[in-house]
Parts: sequence; C-alpha cells; structure tokens
Amino acid sequence: MKSNEIMRKGIRNLLAALVMMLPVTVCAEPSGQAMAFTCAGCHGTDGSSVGPSMPAIAGMDPEVFVDAMKAYRKDQRNSTIMNRIAKAYSDEQFTEMAWFFASQRLQLFPQDYDPLLAARGMELHDEYCEKCHENGGRPGDAGTLAGQWMPYLHYTMDDFINGKRKWPRKMKRKVDAAIEEAGGDAIPALVNYYGSQQ
Amino acid sequence: MTEMKRRTFLRATAGTVALGTLSMPSLVLGAPRRVVVVGGGVGGCTAAKYLRKLDPSIAVTLIESQPAYTSCFMSNEVLSGDRTLESLTFGYDGLRRRGVKVIQGTATGIDPEKRQVHMAAGNSVGYDACVVSPGVGFKWEAIEGYDEQVADETVPHAWYAGPQTQLLRSQIESMPEGGHVIIVAPPNPFKCPPGPYERASQIAMYCKHHRPRAKITILDAKDAFSKQGLYIEGWRKLYGYGTEDSMIQWISAAEGGAVEELDPSTLTLVGLVEDFQGDVVNIIPPQKAGAIAFAADLVDGDWCPVDKRTFESSRHKDIYVLGDASSASAMPKSAYAANSQAKVTAAAIVARFRGQEPGDPTFVNTCYSIVGEDFGISVAAVYGFDSHTNTITPIPGSGGISPTNASAEIRKREVSYAHSWFKNVINDMME
Repeated sequence: MKSNEIMRKGIRNLLAALVMMLPVTVCAEPSGQAMAFTCAGCHGTDGSSVGPSMPAIAGMDPEVFVDAMKAYRKDQRNSTIMNRIAKAYSDEQFTEMAWFFASQRLQLFPQDYDPLLAARGMELHDEYCEKCHENGGRPGDAGTLAGQWMPYLHYTMDDFINGKRKWPRKMKRKVDAAIEEAGGDAIPALVNYYGSQQ
Repeated sequence: MTEMKRRTFLRATAGTVALGTLSMPSLVLGAPRRVVVVGGGVGGCTAAKYLRKLDPSIAVTLIESQPAYTSCFMSNEVLSGDRTLESLTFGYDGLRRRGVKVIQGTATGIDPEKRQVHMAAGNSVGYDACVVSPGVGFKWEAIEGYDEQVADETVPHAWYAGPQTQLLRSQIESMPEGGHVIIVAPPNPFKCPPGPYERASQIAMYCKHHRPRAKITILDAKDAFSKQGLYIEGWRKLYGYGTEDSMIQWISAAEGGAVEELDPSTLTLVGLVEDFQGDVVNIIPPQKAGAIAFAADLVDGDWCPVDKRTFESSRHKDIYVLGDASSASAMPKSAYAANSQAKVTAAAIVARFRGQEPGDPTFVNTCYSIVGEDFGISVAAVYGFDSHTNTITPIPGSGGISPTNASAEIRKREVSYAHSWFKNVINDMME
C-alpha cells in the first residue's frame, strides 16, 4: 500500500468519525448530505450504483468529483444528462457533495465479463494504466475503474477516442500504446478487466 | 492553483462541511419514537428506508395493502413485450432487513389528535409522526360509462401496473392486422406526465414488427404534453409521424381530443367534435390524491397541501404527505420526485425528534422515456426551496430535456441509462 493511500484512508476514517460527532447545524442552505441523497436515484444509495450503466461514485476522490462536476457544468465533458444537472450547483456545493461521497464505502456488484479478455486486460493495465490508476484502478487520485460498470467504461473510452472528451495528461499516449500492442481487443480487454474486479 | 495546493484546499474545507443529521440517535431515554408510513410505493418505501438509515432507533411501520410492489415506471415496456410484469415486482424483504415492520393491510383513516392510524381490520396503530404516500386515485365520474369494473374487464387504465397491464398487452397481441388502439390521455396534473406518450411509443414499437398496418390514436384532454418536441422527433424517425402512413396520431383538446363518454360494448368514445372507435381502448382517467388522503382530511380540492420545507401536511400536524398525492409546486408527479421528497421528509422527522429545526431542502427529478429501439430521452430538474413563498422552484439555468436532434449514440445511451435509472430507483427505495 502506498503512503498516499494510507493517508487518504486515514483522512476518510477521520472524516467518518467527525460525521458521527457533528452536532446538527442550522443550515442556510441544503447540507452536503441532503444534496448527495438526491443523486441516489441514479447513482445508488450513498453512490454505490447497482448498474448496469450509471457509474458508482462512492469512495470517489473529492478532487476528481469536483473536477468532473465543473467540466459537466461548463459542457466540457460529454454527457447525456449530467451537464443539465451540474448547472444547478456552486463550487462550494460540489465540494460538499464530494466529501460526502468520498466518505462512503464503495459497494461493488457482480457483472458478467469475459475471463480471457479480463486476463489480457490485466496485463495491459499493469503495463499502461497502473501508474496513474493505482491498485488495479481502485478509488484513488484518478477516477474509479475497478468494479466500475462496464457500459459506462465503454462510453467513457469511446468519448476519449472519438475526441468528445479531453484526454488527461499522458493518457492518450498510453492508450495509443495499448491499442498498438493489442489492437481492437485493447479497450474491451481493459473494460473486462475492470469489470472482473468485484 | 497547483495540484498540491488544490488538494490541501479541498481537505482544509472538509472540516467545515456539515454532513447533516447523522448525530445522536433520538432514543436517549424512554420508548423509541414511532413513525407509521401509509403506502408502500416509491415515497413510502424511500421514507421508511431513510428513516431507519438516518436513525436506527426509530420504530418504523409500513402499512401496505399489497404483498409486493409493482412499479408503474417501466411498465410500458410490458406493452412492447420487452419486459415481463414479474420483472417490475418487488417484495418488501429489503425493508424488513433494515428493521422496518411491514403490515399488509389497509389504512382507512387517521386520528390526528390521538395520533393513530385506523386499519380496515378494526385495530389502530399509534405514531409520533405519520407519513402518507398513497399515490393517485381516479375520478371515475369524469367519463360517462367508464368505471372500475369496465377498467378491470374491457377498457384497462393500466395506470397502476398489474393485471390491467397484462390485459392491455394481451388485447394488443390479439387485435387484427390494421387494428386501431386508442389511448385517452388525462388533463393535468396526473401521475407520470410523459407516460401516455411513452405508452403510445412502446405499443408502436411492438406494432412496427407484428402489426405494421396498425394505428395508434392519442385522444388528449390537453393541447401540449411533456417532452413533446422529443417525442415528435422520435415518432417522425421511427413511426412515420407527420406522413399519411403515420402509425401514431395525436389529437389535442383543441382538435377534439377531449373525451366525455365511453360505450364499452362497442369500444366507442364520444368526443366533443366526433366519435372514435377502437379495437383496443386504454383510458387513463383524470386523477386526484389516493383514497386515504380524503378519508384523513388531508386534501384541499384534489391534492394535499404541504409545507414544502418538510412535506408536513398544511392541514394536520405530524402527518407528512409525499409523492403524487401532494401539491409539490413545480415538481411533477414522478417516481424520482417522490424518492427525493421522501428523503427530505425523513431528515425533517429525524431532526424534529431531536428537537432541531429541519434543514433547507433540495430536490431532484429525473425521468427517462423510451420512444423506440435505441431512442431514449430524458428530463432533469434540480429544485430549490423558497421559504417566503413556500414554493419549490427549479434552479435557474439548470435542468431541461435532452437536446433535440442529438446523435444516435446519445439516444442509445439514454436507453441504457433509463434501465439503469430504473434499477437504482428501485434499489434506493427497497434495499
């Protein structure tokens, strides 16, 4: 386990403890919890989506959450519905929701995957993705991949490859290299690998 | 801002975030607080689950007349044959596992002074707070010749999913080639505003393959409907709408779509301008709050006025009215709206049990419709609360419907998200 992960877990536990102790404050506007509860109808109770395509957001790094919401609000990230929803919230409200979801434990649900593709995907992941998506893509500094719903991962990769979403630094080069190595199997293999982590 | 600085900033702000009401349980000394929830639909189930989630010391009892819940949302897919009724039916064991006591029975009245719910069986159930989420009832007197018996036997409303959904499906399957289906759409407000038009779409989706010369006519009591532009875009693309061969025809109230009378023996509908005769007729009657809302004196007119901060009844203290039966300002009568309202109410009840003021509420609605194969559309809204006017209003600049003329890929994704929405709403209310 890497040191930043230990730190993150520590902070998360501390936060969870604080949540239990906090007295209820008189709110001038809705609490982070109240806002986060409204997401559950699509993203699952406390952010653990039961699928098959809406992504889980429990345990998500707060920074990744806030960046994603800001990109949706500015129509800079391809979406069906999130751009319409994100426009309702301020930066502060994004941060409050981010901390709510960061302090939730991600609950994973089994999904069907191809074991051969998943095995190939593991090799590709270790080679090209693990450096940023640590621990097989478990919740961390980059978006959650491990156990994420596979249709959502496919949509996301389609958007990157079709120029509908801006590549994070270095990612395009790594994905190109994976495709160079495994051809048309590269993306399905990676998606099946992440889907296999249950 | 550099990455490190940004992270430090985010973490520094964390301590100031008030994450709500997860503090001391309300049970400190004495008997547990009791909440009785009347109605095991989206509003009632979600309230029961979140009350237990927010404060496990609260004794929650759910009263529901049916042994299982059958969702009306997604039930139009039964009409196209894409889904079975069983796939929409869910038992209450998930709530039982969360410690909710589920009583199968019918509530017949509420005594707000003694704080008791009266049951058809003759007994009463006492409460400290009562949540009423009865859904809609029908104005049977609105269309002459249409009543509960006709609906059960020949002209289903199928606006609660169940045997009538199955009846409508089998009527469509057994109609002749070139058959005529008529859907009578109700006036506002009613449960599931895009529902009648999704229904026409799902029936067309079936007919396109199995009865290609069939016609579907929507007789409407209104001159406009939910997601209208998107439906018409889909109908043009998929069912020839706007051409002479269009499978779907929509007749607005202004064009004579309002229906006054049914002759069940000939399946003839009497309109203001002309009569319409169908091989299959589906009447979705005008609506009002469910029966218990009237029995318990919770209505003003057809619906239940509430304090929008908590959804507490404006008529009786300690009774909260959720979902379709409530007057919820700009919010539609939808599953997601009821789910969202129920969490506001659960948090408000928990706060009050602890002697605290409920926080400011926030609400969301999202609703998907499946117009045909790979053609999904949605509407979304985020709502704020104005305490001065006691209204719920959409946050300016947010929400709205799917873009018109979106790519085929986006329309296809919205079908996938529609099914995912269904699974997550069900899970969030019942598991």
